[in-house]
Amino acid sequence: MNIINILDEIEKVDGEIYERLNPRRAAMKSFFNVGKKISLAALPLALGSMFQKAYGQSNPANVTEVLNFALALEHLEYNFYNRALLSTGLIPAGAATTAITTIRTHEMAHVNLLRSAITGAGGTPIVLAEANFDFTAGGTFGDVFTNYGTFLKVATAFEDTGVRAYKGQAPILKGMPVLTTALQIHSVEARHASHLRQMTAAFLNVPLKPWVGLGANGVSNDTGVPQVDPVYARENNTIQANIEITGINGTAVTRAAAAESFDEFLTGAEVKTIANLFIRTGSKLT
Amino acid sequence: MKNNELETKTELQEESLLKSTVGRRSFLQYAGASAAALALVAAGCRKDRNFTDPMAGVTLDFKDDFGVLNYAYALEQLEAAFYIQVANSNPSGFTTAQKAYFQDVQFHEIAHREFFKKALGTAAIGSLEVNFSAVDFTSGASVLATAKTFEDLGVAAYNGAGVRLKETAYLVLAGQIVSVEARHAAYVRDQISNGTFADLGTLSAFGAVDANGLDGALTPDKVLPLAAPFIKTKINVVNL
Repeated sequence: MNIINILDEIEKVDGEIYERLNPRRAAMKSFFNVGKKISLAALPLALGSMFQKAYGQSNPANVTEVLNFALALEHLEYNFYNRALLSTGLIPAGAATTAITTIRTHEMAHVNLLRSAITGAGGTPIVLAEANFDFTAGGTFGDVFTNYGTFLKVATAFEDTGVRAYKGQAPILKGMPVLTTALQIHSVEARHASHLRQMTAAFLNVPLKPWVGLGANGVSNDTGVPQVDPVYARENNTIQANIEITGINGTAVTRAAAAESFDEFLTGAEVKTIANLFIRTGSKLT
Repeated sequence: MKNNELETKTELQEESLLKSTVGRRSFLQYAGASAAALALVAAGCRKDRNFTDPMAGVTLDFKDDFGVLNYAYALEQLEAAFYIQVANSNPSGFTTAQKAYFQDVQFHEIAHREFFKKALGTAAIGSLEVNFSAVDFTSGASVLATAKTFEDLGVAAYNGAGVRLKETAYLVLAGQIVSVEARHAAYVRDQISNGTFADLGTLSAFGAVDANGLDGALTPDKVLPLAAPFIKTKINVVNL
């Protein structure tokens, strides 16, 4: 990681970065000294705290809001997988348990990372524990922790939602170093979604693809689970930036391939509506 | 399957048509012999985005979003060319399901490539000439290993370039593509070894941080040298 490059990058979006940093020479100096001692893995967070020192209150409040929104979703995912792994007899031993454990570990890491980033930016991380969630969604998925098939369906919906949620928030983080971190989480969620779709396809013997396919008769939801329709809203879209992807430039790109080749974003409001189905009254996202 | 084969063929025909129309000799032949006409054609050549002089190569100018989009276009060209060749090589050990999914991936990459070409219009770089001499397309293992590299690298490239984009619409589009690439990466990895879909510890060279659950992210100056062995066309980089 090249700190000078990062500063140059920031200068492109914030011409006053050096002025902002200049009065904080002591902070810079201490940062570089700290940099010698900390591990590479911890570097992004150390950078975050330096930028916090430089930007302070001028950091737009909605960046913290975005991070807290992401944190809420990561809490939801972590607690979901954690409860599933603690539910005896739910997840088959072997590859399935290993995969879900891997995913849970990532979600925990995301929780910790986002929490630190929010605290570092002077915000207050949202607190959500297992007791704040209802993973049956008011009984819609009543057997989610006793029926492996139901668990896989809900897990797939959560991951696909996560992918779409990060995408929708990216514009608020445009040009900021934290955008890269968000993108690095976003693609991990997509990897999770891909694997969970494969697990679901194998266990339920359904033709679910690793990518979001075109649903039956061209509908946006390819999972065959109508309860999760809002998760897949607009995923059958084939027009990007006013360009029709089906048959683009005379190629044989089918309507299905066109829909699959671009994931769609969800707005914050759409994601909150979905997440709130699984969050108990009193803790719902607003 | 019949239908799928036809689709692949159509794509290839389109490819060869493209190549045959942009060959320098035929272009010049069509142009006639007068010096004035040649000069005009030479000027036209530089603007013809389907024409790439392999010696001069293409230039990615990162001064603005077009540079970033052309960078993505270059990587998508590489990926699409790879999967087109896979579809025509019948790698050993590939199951029917794998063939079908690799064909899906092929058309996703073609869709990405053509999207950038169309969106960039006259600002698009020319077609790149690829070099897959290191890939054994008859070997399933070789194809999977190369696909894994391309997909993981593609994810890291988009993740690392996103912060450069100034137009919100382009940022969202890049996000719409990168998650599909990540889905590909996870799928390909699972074909090599089930459960390695997000083995971030193996991706530290691409900028992943396993302890933080973060995927790869590489800046263009790191990505291009890794892609270079697969690309014959010289890629010039300015304003990075």
